[in-house]
Amino acid sequence: MRATFPFAAILGQDEMKLALLASAIDPTLGGVLVFGDRGTGKTTAVRGLAELLPPMLVVSGCRYHCDPGANGSGCDDCQTRGRQGPLPSEMAPVPVVDLPLGATEDRIVGALDLERALSRGEKSFEAGLLARAHRGFLYIDEVNLLEDHLVDLLLDVAASGENVVEREGLSVRHPARFVLIGSGNPEEGELRPQLLDRFGLSVEVSAPENVSTRVEIIKRRDAFENDPAAFKVKWLPETRRIREQILSARNKLPKMELSQEVLERAASLCVRLGTDGLRGELTVMRAARAVAALEGSDAVSDHHLRLVAPSALRHRLRRNPLDESGSTARIQRTLEDVFCG
Amino acid sequence: MDDDERTVLELPFHDAMLAAAVFAADPARVGGIVIRTVSGPARESWLRNTLSLLDAGTPVRRVPSHIGDESLLGGLDLAMTLATGRPIARHGLLKEADGGIIIIPSAERLTAPLASRIATTMDLGAIPLQRDKFTATAPTSFGIIALDEGQSAEERPPSALLDRAGLHITLPDAASPKIDVDTFTRERVKIASRAAASIPLDDDCIRLLCELGAVVAVSSTNAILHASRILRLVAALNGRNRVSEDDIAATIRLVIAPRATRHPEEAADNSPQQSDTHDQNPDDNSSIQEEAGRLPDSLIAAAKSALPPHLLERLQSDNHHQFSKSTTGKSGDRKKSPRRGRPIGFKAGPISQGARLNIVETLRAAAPWQPLRRREIAAHCETDATNRIAVRAVDFRVWRLKSRGETVTVFVVDASGSTAVQRLGEAKGAVEILLSECYSRRDHAALIAFSGRGSELLLPPTRSLARAKRNLADLPGGGGTPLASGIDAAAELCDAVRRKGQAPSVVVLTDGRANLNRNGKPGRAAAEEDAVQAAKTLRCMGVPAIVIDTSAKPNAPAARLADAMGAEYLPLAYADADTLSKAIKAQDARSI
Repeated sequence: MRATFPFAAILGQDEMKLALLASAIDPTLGGVLVFGDRGTGKTTAVRGLAELLPPMLVVSGCRYHCDPGANGSGCDDCQTRGRQGPLPSEMAPVPVVDLPLGATEDRIVGALDLERALSRGEKSFEAGLLARAHRGFLYIDEVNLLEDHLVDLLLDVAASGENVVEREGLSVRHPARFVLIGSGNPEEGELRPQLLDRFGLSVEVSAPENVSTRVEIIKRRDAFENDPAAFKVKWLPETRRIREQILSARNKLPKMELSQEVLERAASLCVRLGTDGLRGELTVMRAARAVAALEGSDAVSDHHLRLVAPSALRHRLRRNPLDESGSTARIQRTLEDVFCG
Repeated sequence: MDDDERTVLELPFHDAMLAAAVFAADPARVGGIVIRTVSGPARESWLRNTLSLLDAGTPVRRVPSHIGDESLLGGLDLAMTLATGRPIARHGLLKEADGGIIIIPSAERLTAPLASRIATTMDLGAIPLQRDKFTATAPTSFGIIALDEGQSAEERPPSALLDRAGLHITLPDAASPKIDVDTFTRERVKIASRAAASIPLDDDCIRLLCELGAVVAVSSTNAILHASRILRLVAALNGRNRVSEDDIAATIRLVIAPRATRHPEEAADNSPQQSDTHDQNPDDNSSIQEEAGRLPDSLIAAAKSALPPHLLERLQSDNHHQFSKSTTGKSGDRKKSPRRGRPIGFKAGPISQGARLNIVETLRAAAPWQPLRRREIAAHCETDATNRIAVRAVDFRVWRLKSRGETVTVFVVDASGSTAVQRLGEAKGAVEILLSECYSRRDHAALIAFSGRGSELLLPPTRSLARAKRNLADLPGGGGTPLASGIDAAAELCDAVRRKGQAPSVVVLTDGRANLNRNGKPGRAAAEEDAVQAAKTLRCMGVPAIVIDTSAKPNAPAARLADAMGAEYLPLAYADADTLSKAIKAQDARSI
C-alpha cells in the first residue's frame, strides 16, 4: 500500500475538512457525504483522517473493539464478561475501513471462517467489514456507484446499529455503529434518495481556481511523492496539533452551551428552507456544537450556525431534487435573511 | 513548402511516439495513455511500437469490457481450495498486471463501476480485496493504455479513467501511418526513466503549469500533477538534465491541452495575473453565476401547479390514456429487483418472486462447505452422505438482472421565437418538475431543443441531474419553429434508446405553431403538415408521448399534433398569470 498524504497538509477545502473533523468529534452526526469533481482531494482527505484520529479505549481481546465503558451496548461476549467484573482494556487506533466497490456481501457482513471449516470442520464466525468499522468510520468511495443490494444492506445496519448474520446454523449478532463517509462525482450518477438521507452532512468540493493555491498544492504533492516519509515527519507537528484539537473539543462538547436565541434562529432557518422533519434542525445544532467545540468556544454562536448550515441542510432541501447544485446559494440567501432581518 | 507540410502532418504522430516513450519509461507513475483514434493500421502500429519500448517480460493484460469482479480483482480459487483443504486466493487480472500494463479496448464503452475499480486500485497501489472470505490488500502497480474509439464528444471513457491517465493523445486516421520507429529506443527510455527523478523542477515551472491550466480551465489538480511528473520524463527523454521550453511545450500538448474546457482566447481578457487576484473570492463568483443560471423558484412553482402530479408515471404505464391511479404505485415504490433483463452479476438471496437461480455460482458457494456438512449429516442420520452434494438455502445465488424496462424520457422543447421568452421560462420550469420526477424514479432523461437553428440534442440520455439542469438553463430561445425536425430527432433518439434495450417515452413542449418544414423552408401549412407526419411516425413506433401546450390559450395545432402522435394533450394553463409576470419582471430587472 502506498503511504497516505497527511490530512494536515491538505490546502483549502475548508468545508470538507470541517465536516470531517466535526464527525470525528461527534460520531452521532450521521456521517459525511463529499461530492465533487475528480482531483479535488476528496479521497485524500478521508484516507488521511485515519492518522489524525486519537486512539480509543477498547476491551482487550474483543474482536468488535467494544467500549469498556458502554454498559449494555457491547457485543454479547463483552456483556457476559462485563457482568463478572471490570473488563480489561487497552488503547487501539480508531478504524477507518474502506468498502471497495467490488466487495461481496459475505465480506461486508461477515461469514463462516472458511479455513476452520475446511481444515477442522468447525463452525466459527469470521467478522466482516461492518464489524471492523464498529466505533470507527466506514468509507465508500464512489458511493453513487455502489450496487443497490449492497446499499440496502448498509441502510439496514446503519438504521439498527446492529449486524445480524445467519449462516450454516450459526446465528451471530454484533453491534455495528459507524460513521458513514461517502464520496462521489455527481456527474456519474445520482445517489439513491434513501442513502442521501442517511448522511448528516454533505459537502461539495471543487478544484481551487486560485493559481497560487494550486501551485502550493502541486508543490506539496511533489514533495510527498519524492519522499513520503520525510514529508510526513515535516507535517507531524501539525497533525499532532489537530489531534489535540479533536481531543479537547470532545471534552468540551458535553458542556457546550446552546442559548435559546441560537436554537430559535436555527429553527427559523429550517422552516424558511422548508426542510423535511426535524432531522435538519438536529443536525444543524449538533454540527454547530461540534464546530464550536473545535474552535474552543464555550457557547454556540451565530458564527457557528453559519459555518455548518450549508453542509447540514444542503441535501435536505427536498422540494426540488433538481435544485441540488443551486441549493448552496439558496441556503446562503436564507442565512442572510435570517441573520440580518 | 513540402517540408512544412510534412512537419504539420507528422506532429501528432511524433507526439504519439513521445507519449509512448514517456509512458514506457514509468507506466505506473504516468498512470496511462488514452489514445483516441479509430481502430486501424495507425493504432496497431503505434501500439506495437509502444509495447516494444517496454522491458522484455513486462506483463501486458487486456481487460475485456464484460470482465467480472472475480477475474478483475481476484477471489477464491475453488479448485485449489478443495484440493488443499484450506482457502487459496486466486489472483485477479489487476494483480497479474503488477509491474506492467493493462490494455483497455473500446475504453469509451467501459462502465463507470469498472473504471472506478481500476482507478481505486491505481490510487492505492494495491487491490483492496474484500471478496469471498478474503480480506487482503494485494500490492500492484500498473499503467493503462485505453483505446478510445469514441466518435462523438459524448462517447468518452469514464472520467475516473481519464483522470488517472496522464497522457491523452488523438491519432488522425491515416492510411499510411508515419510513425518513426527509430525516434525512441528501449535503451533511451530506460536511461530516461532513471534520470528523470533527479531533474529539478523549480517553483516557476510549477507556477507556469498551473497558470496554463487555469487559462484553458483545466480544473483537476491531478492534471497539473500529471504534467509535473511527465515534464521531468520528457526532459529526460530529450537527453536534458534541466527542463527546457520545448519540454514544457510538449507536456502541454500531451497533458494539459487535451483536457482544455475553454479556448485560451476566451480567457484572454482574464489573464492569469488578473485571475489570481480576481479569484480571491471564487465562491462569490460562482454563486453569482449559479444565481444567473438558475430559474426563479416562483416560475418553477407556477409550472408545478400547472402540471398534474405523477405525469411521467402515467406516461409509462401501459395504458397512458387512462388517468386511473391503479396502474402504478407512487413514485417511491420502485421495484427492487427486476425479474427480466440482461444478467449483470449474482447475489446471495432466496429464490422467490421469480428470481433465477445461478446454478454454477450456487454450487461454487456450496462446495467449500461439503466436508463440514457431510460430517454433520453423518452425525445426525445413519445414511451414507459421502456421495451427495449438500446444498442449503444459504448457498443460493440468484442472477442480478438489469431490467430492459429502464426508461428514458426524451424531452423535446420548443425554444422558438413563437414560444415567447416567458413561455420558454415556464416550459423550462415544467421540464425541471418532470426531470425531478425522473430523479425519484431513477429514470434517464434526454433533452432535445428546436429553434431557428434547427433541432439539437442538448443532452444525451443521462441520469445526471446536474448536467440536465445546466444544459436546460443554458437553452437559448428564438427563431422559427422547425417542429417536424424536432420530432424527427426525438424519433431517431427513441430508436437508439430502444436498441440499447431501454424503453423510451417522449414529452413535447410546444405551442404547435410550426413554421419551418423539414427542409428548413418557411411556410406554416407545409410545416404543420410535416410536423403531423413526423408525429405519426412516432406513433407508429409505439412510443408513449405527452404534448404539453405552452401557448397562452389552448389551441388547435398543438391538440392536432397530440392527436397525430397518439399523445396525451395537456395545456399548460396559467396558475396565476399576475404573480408569474411579476416574477418574470423581477427576474429581468435583476439580470440587467
